[in-house]
Amino acid sequence: MLRPLTSAFALLLLALAAGCGRTDQPPAAPGSAPTTAAAASAKSGPMIWRVGNGTEPQDLDPHIVTGVPEHKILMALFEGLLSENPKDLSPEPGIAERWEISPDGLTYTFHLRAGAQWSDGVPITATTFVRSYQRMLTPALAAEYASMLHHVRNAKAYNEGKLTDFSQVGFQAVDDRTLQVTLNQRTPFLLKMIATHYSWYPVPIHVIEKFGGLARKGTAWTRKENFVGNGPFLLKDWKPQQVLIAARNPRFWDHARVRLDEIHFFAVENQDSEERMFRTGQLDLTNELPVAKIDVYRKEFPDSLRIDPYLGLYFYRLNVERPPLNDKRVRRALALAVDRDSLVKNVTRGGQIPAYSVSYPGTAGYTPTAKLTGNIEEAKQLLAAAGFPGGQGFPKLELLYNTSQNHRLVAEAIQQMWRRQLGIEFGLRNEEWKVYLDTTDARKFDLQRGGWIADYVDPHSFLEIWTSDNLNNDTGFKNPEYDRLFAAALAAPDDAARYAVYQKMDALLVEELPIIPIYHYTRVVAMNPRVQGVYPTLLDNHPYKYVWLRDAAR
Amino acid sequence: MLRFITSRLLQSLLALFLVITATFFMIRFVPGGPFTAEKAVTPEILRNLEAHYGLDRPLWRQYLDYLGSLGRGDLGPSFKYPNRTVNEIIGDKLPVSAELGALALGFALVIGISLGTLAAVYRNTWIDYVASTFGMMGISIPTFVVGPLLVLGLAIHLGWFNASGWYGPADRVLPAIVLGFAYAAPVSRLTRGGMLEILGQDFIRTARAKGASELRIITHHALRGGLLPVVSFLGPAVAGILTGSFVIETIFQIPGIGREFVNSAFNRDYTLVLGTVILYAVLIMALNLVVDVVQAWMNPKVRLEG
Repeated sequence: MLRPLTSAFALLLLALAAGCGRTDQPPAAPGSAPTTAAAASAKSGPMIWRVGNGTEPQDLDPHIVTGVPEHKILMALFEGLLSENPKDLSPEPGIAERWEISPDGLTYTFHLRAGAQWSDGVPITATTFVRSYQRMLTPALAAEYASMLHHVRNAKAYNEGKLTDFSQVGFQAVDDRTLQVTLNQRTPFLLKMIATHYSWYPVPIHVIEKFGGLARKGTAWTRKENFVGNGPFLLKDWKPQQVLIAARNPRFWDHARVRLDEIHFFAVENQDSEERMFRTGQLDLTNELPVAKIDVYRKEFPDSLRIDPYLGLYFYRLNVERPPLNDKRVRRALALAVDRDSLVKNVTRGGQIPAYSVSYPGTAGYTPTAKLTGNIEEAKQLLAAAGFPGGQGFPKLELLYNTSQNHRLVAEAIQQMWRRQLGIEFGLRNEEWKVYLDTTDARKFDLQRGGWIADYVDPHSFLEIWTSDNLNNDTGFKNPEYDRLFAAALAAPDDAARYAVYQKMDALLVEELPIIPIYHYTRVVAMNPRVQGVYPTLLDNHPYKYVWLRDAAR
Repeated sequence: MLRFITSRLLQSLLALFLVITATFFMIRFVPGGPFTAEKAVTPEILRNLEAHYGLDRPLWRQYLDYLGSLGRGDLGPSFKYPNRTVNEIIGDKLPVSAELGALALGFALVIGISLGTLAAVYRNTWIDYVASTFGMMGISIPTFVVGPLLVLGLAIHLGWFNASGWYGPADRVLPAIVLGFAYAAPVSRLTRGGMLEILGQDFIRTARAKGASELRIITHHALRGGLLPVVSFLGPAVAGILTGSFVIETIFQIPGIGREFVNSAFNRDYTLVLGTVILYAVLIMALNLVVDVVQAWMNPKVRLEG
């Protein structure tokens, strides 16, 4: 009944639009197939990469922002001491052309390249870095990610206002081209962090000083008319909530390698709109792809469907202080009864990897050997041993998740698995994002959907969360042995020894199960096959100086 | 007339004050805050943040501070977008929504009034049925269905338009039609109702008896009274349409104020929530006042009383 009506009405509107819709402006992207449309519009003129970038960036100040869309843009506009290898994100020279680590692992000496400069021609020296880090740690600036620098000696005390003399903090400009960083303790992943995370970027002190000083948040220095950066690209234009245009920076030290002329970062919040933009050729790469479209792309545009591993874990937090979840046997029974293969195949459908461990297999050469293994029979026995044979007498617990279609589908599937396999009934509760975060933080839940994306490629970023005093633990799990291993890992002389300790930590986690690992994330996006130099890196970072477009000019 | 307007203005000011107060406290009592994030910040950094924005002061003090800066026309800094103020965000985005709204409203009025009038004149004929069907569809099919449908046909298959964006004049067409369609439907139904009532009245018969043409009767005699219901509908509708539509702006990626209404609440961007609420309240009050004055001019039976 509705169908003929709808199509009749669509025809009516088509007719209306045909009458009044024509303007002198030629349509930006004619054609329906993504490849032909994009290729046709790119044959002549500059090489422009058009990217869907999620929500509107909050700001462009590396000391202020906290999100992924901002990170993607700052990677174009800034470069830190180190940069990332395009294939595995391992540290490569950036502003520092070489570096040394003292035998005790506590002192890092960076030798900056000659001629490093800001986009306005002002030189970048070791002092620039020291003053940048001082700004990041200034209490009045209240930088949310300042804790990324807390590994440095006395940085935490300065950031918390307990120390006011910055010369006691472990950043030192030995001379114009030598920067020395002294740490509190061995931090084996420090170089990876410096290469990947924007909190370690330098900022243009000479510009920031002109606009209200170093300790003030949100000043006008990041406006497009004032902005100065040092990355492979410059800020050319910024239309809030529309598009941010980055153009190649001729003052970038490695500019000969840069092949793209411009990157257009489109602020696109809606997945469906973004997918339609991709199909009209307005975008070469999307930020996301709706789950419902994955199968369509598999069939119709397999060249454009891109599924990459992504260093993240989807899991359920258990409040281990609430009975009956304080009983390890109950936690294990619940974890065993989740059919992860069926879940990723039928519900999430984006090539996710079923998770039987907390760490991501193949993180910087580390793959956990301890796995969650067992079958339904074992789960039933464990539950019976805990005093709930066949699920009898099991209190009705609630599973909390933030309001979202995808999380609801996963929760419903798991709710059903527990009902069918264990005879346990769970309630589902969804809350709006910030309410859910508040509830989580106050630990007012039985089970909670959690997710974690690593900040840099190292197993440390997952394993540190479950230490007793980590702010993101939120499970009530406190295990002295785990904490001891965590400290031992940092003190280990090399990565082989460190990873051996991590194996024990991963084994402890699947034994104790403060969380139920469900799946390891993937990134599912649509990308035009003409885009080259974008490799499947674990963090979805793609150093832009290596990216180029096939069939385009230049 | 002057007395009427003065007293209405005073009433509006009082209402506005109540709206601001209620919003200020309501948004504060919602769980979560502007700095609630998945990756927790340390308590020390959180304290610094709160001190930076004055959130560490007692709530009543913050309320007075806010009223004070409001008195100077300053809506405060945005929490979510640190390098922009609420004044700037509204200044940037309101014109976009207003432009879209004006285009959509034009579309809605032209289509709605023509269809409604035709339906009334040719009542109970196929013309009436077509117009009524159109009205029913416009009311019952939501914009989030119409929008993607049009994009699919006109942008993806025919390639006439961009799928979304707000760059050139061509980008205005689809969103204006979709938004206008949602308003055209009620306009056509209200016009039909109003016109039917007027066309049955004595002065119309008199005009016919005097030999006036049907077209002249409609344009010169009937429309003025027949559009009264439309005018009272337009007051709140114009405020709504000018301040943007969350759905349309999201579907078409339009940098308008409509998205800020919703997103600011999700972000707990306290000042931006207040700024958008105040904007909407002021517009509603102003437009309702205008509607009252216009109605008095259109219908001698209405008297303005304070």
